[in-house]
Amino acid sequence: MSALTVTDLTVDYRQRGGSRFRAVDALSFALEPGQTLALVGESGSGKSTVVRTLSRFVKPSAGEILLRGVDAADGVERGLPRGRRAKRKAYHKTMQLVFQDPFASLNPMHTVAHHLRRPLLLHGGHRRGPKLEAAVLDLLRSVNLTPAEDVARKHPHELSGGQRQRVAIARALATDPKVLLADEPVSMLDVSIRLEILNLLDRLKQDRDLALLYVTHDLATARHFSSQIMVMYRGEVVERGPSDQVILHPAHPYTRMLAAAAPDPTVSRAALAEARAQRAALRDTRAAEHRESVLDQGCRFRSRCPFAMPVCATRPPDLPAVKGSVPGAGAGGAGHAARCWLLDESAAAAPAADSAD
Amino acid sequence: MIPSTGTETRDDSSGLGTDLVLRASNVSVEYAGSRPTRAVREVSLELRRGEVLGIVGESGCGKSTFAYALTRMLRPPARMTAGVVEYYGRDGEVIDLAALSGDRLREFRWNKISMVFQSAMNALNPVTGIGSQMDDIFRTHRPGMDKAARRARAGQLLEMVGIDPRRLRSFPHELSGGMRQRVVIAMALALEPEIVVMDEPTTALDVLVQREILDEVERLRAELGFSVVFITHDLALLLEISDRLAVMYAGQVVEYAPAEQVATEPLHPYTRGLLRSFPDLRGQRREMHGIPGNPPDLREALVGCPFAPRCESVFEPCREITPPLRAPAGGWPVACHLHDPAHDDYSSEGGR
Repeated sequence: MSALTVTDLTVDYRQRGGSRFRAVDALSFALEPGQTLALVGESGSGKSTVVRTLSRFVKPSAGEILLRGVDAADGVERGLPRGRRAKRKAYHKTMQLVFQDPFASLNPMHTVAHHLRRPLLLHGGHRRGPKLEAAVLDLLRSVNLTPAEDVARKHPHELSGGQRQRVAIARALATDPKVLLADEPVSMLDVSIRLEILNLLDRLKQDRDLALLYVTHDLATARHFSSQIMVMYRGEVVERGPSDQVILHPAHPYTRMLAAAAPDPTVSRAALAEARAQRAALRDTRAAEHRESVLDQGCRFRSRCPFAMPVCATRPPDLPAVKGSVPGAGAGGAGHAARCWLLDESAAAAPAADSAD
Repeated sequence: MIPSTGTETRDDSSGLGTDLVLRASNVSVEYAGSRPTRAVREVSLELRRGEVLGIVGESGCGKSTFAYALTRMLRPPARMTAGVVEYYGRDGEVIDLAALSGDRLREFRWNKISMVFQSAMNALNPVTGIGSQMDDIFRTHRPGMDKAARRARAGQLLEMVGIDPRRLRSFPHELSGGMRQRVVIAMALALEPEIVVMDEPTTALDVLVQREILDEVERLRAELGFSVVFITHDLALLLEISDRLAVMYAGQVVEYAPAEQVATEPLHPYTRGLLRSFPDLRGQRREMHGIPGNPPDLREALVGCPFAPRCESVFEPCREITPPLRAPAGGWPVACHLHDPAHDDYSSEGGR
């Protein structure tokens, strides 16, 4: 059974003037125990809204969230006392979060031990006493914060960013969760310690059979630390598949642009200049204003897409429809799919039917 | 930087390779306190005309503080305690920045040197239009310009960074983050300065927008010929866009190298560690590690090499003797005992 199954999750934000903004549009995915799924996208793509909705900070307007097979809206496990508080508590025991900013997610007034005692008391069935203190120290050791006795007594300001993020991870583990949502867990940290934190999450995922959702804007760590990648653009998934397939053989023009934009020190100066000239030529074909516009209908990427065709304006291509027709996917590309007309053979063959916009 | 674009500007600047525009010598900056923080320690760097000089390091390494010192923007408790920053004009004029004050300092900034900050897009005044904020620059620095000329120039500047000049009427909140950052870059270039200091100018932006802005900066630099001091923690990015780069650690420059070479053969173990910290997007899947440990507390006196406690190649002299920034034969300046011939007998066992 999947640890988490999300089906057609849709989130609308109400805007001034009564209109609605669709932040997440019919998103479906599953998290498996012991696996990492990376959710990649730029700011405004809706990836943080996904995390907030899964954490029940935001109510979805449609769709289903099944946590270990139980509908999130129903409560998590049978036999629990009725009532919203209990359901919410059980849900949060099973699903925990690691936030982006370890400077904001820890209370500066409290010690590290206090931060870890709280979830142990609330969810772990512990009572105050030596056993609780031992559990706190165990948690600290599990995230390599040693000597645990010393760290437990410290306040957040006495710790580095990386150490704080380790405390935040230890706190998330305190409830013994099955699903861990990590929302940009390293983007606020120094480059030299990012890999250490990601390695830690990776090890914990394996040791504890956690289902991990790694939300990031960084393609490189997404590829190296996850088995599957979903690329989001303006509320919808435009490409998904096995990490290596998505990064090494990106099918959607957006993913291709993202992969091409990542700095690569191994590329020669001549190749860089060439790429820059190509980008400049592409950009000159469309006005700066146009690139910034938001589109309601058709493919949302078409205003920035170098391959935009008339058909792109008519209706959004459907993700599963192009499954299997992904170039470069080959036999090993199972599950690699992209939401793009370019990959739809019937569309490529047929002349643009109507361009009614 | 990118020689193969074939623009004359590029070839010019390499021809004028020794033509300095800014020189910092032994600059030290302290943050006052009961135990003063020595954030920048005797940093010496040279900026040539038309080049992009990258400064890279972890947070707290002093790179931003150094940039503030370059532009005379330090505010208490920060204070430049030692060193000289000199500007070399095209006409042979030499200006000691420390000697400037009041109107002369204001005139120097914007005209000769301007700065773009990481959060620059939030530096725009939210209640006045883009146009009037740009107008302010000209009214202050070019009192001779009439209104029509100011307006025309502002429009031209926006166009230059890829924004419709009609946006002069817009307010900052009506523009995306990327557009606001372009507006700020346009403003920094308004008076055609010779030096633009950019402190993490694209860190808050998305990859694609970052790429567009960097392309824009590169195009403008080739066109207008200004020099750039580019500060970031993103070494992979810096290797692409800079001609030379300075790696800072614990307030000191530990490696000062041509960008192209350092990408393939970094000398300092810290530079190696930083390079390793950026996984290769298309490379082999393998176990990856950053640099364990934390930078030292800059309030303490540093004994020996400041990187020694985190260094994988540490050997005897590192803990006692601070390595000077010195170029080994055929190399570039690096502050590491591994590259000091005096320690050859050690480095053969301890180093790699």
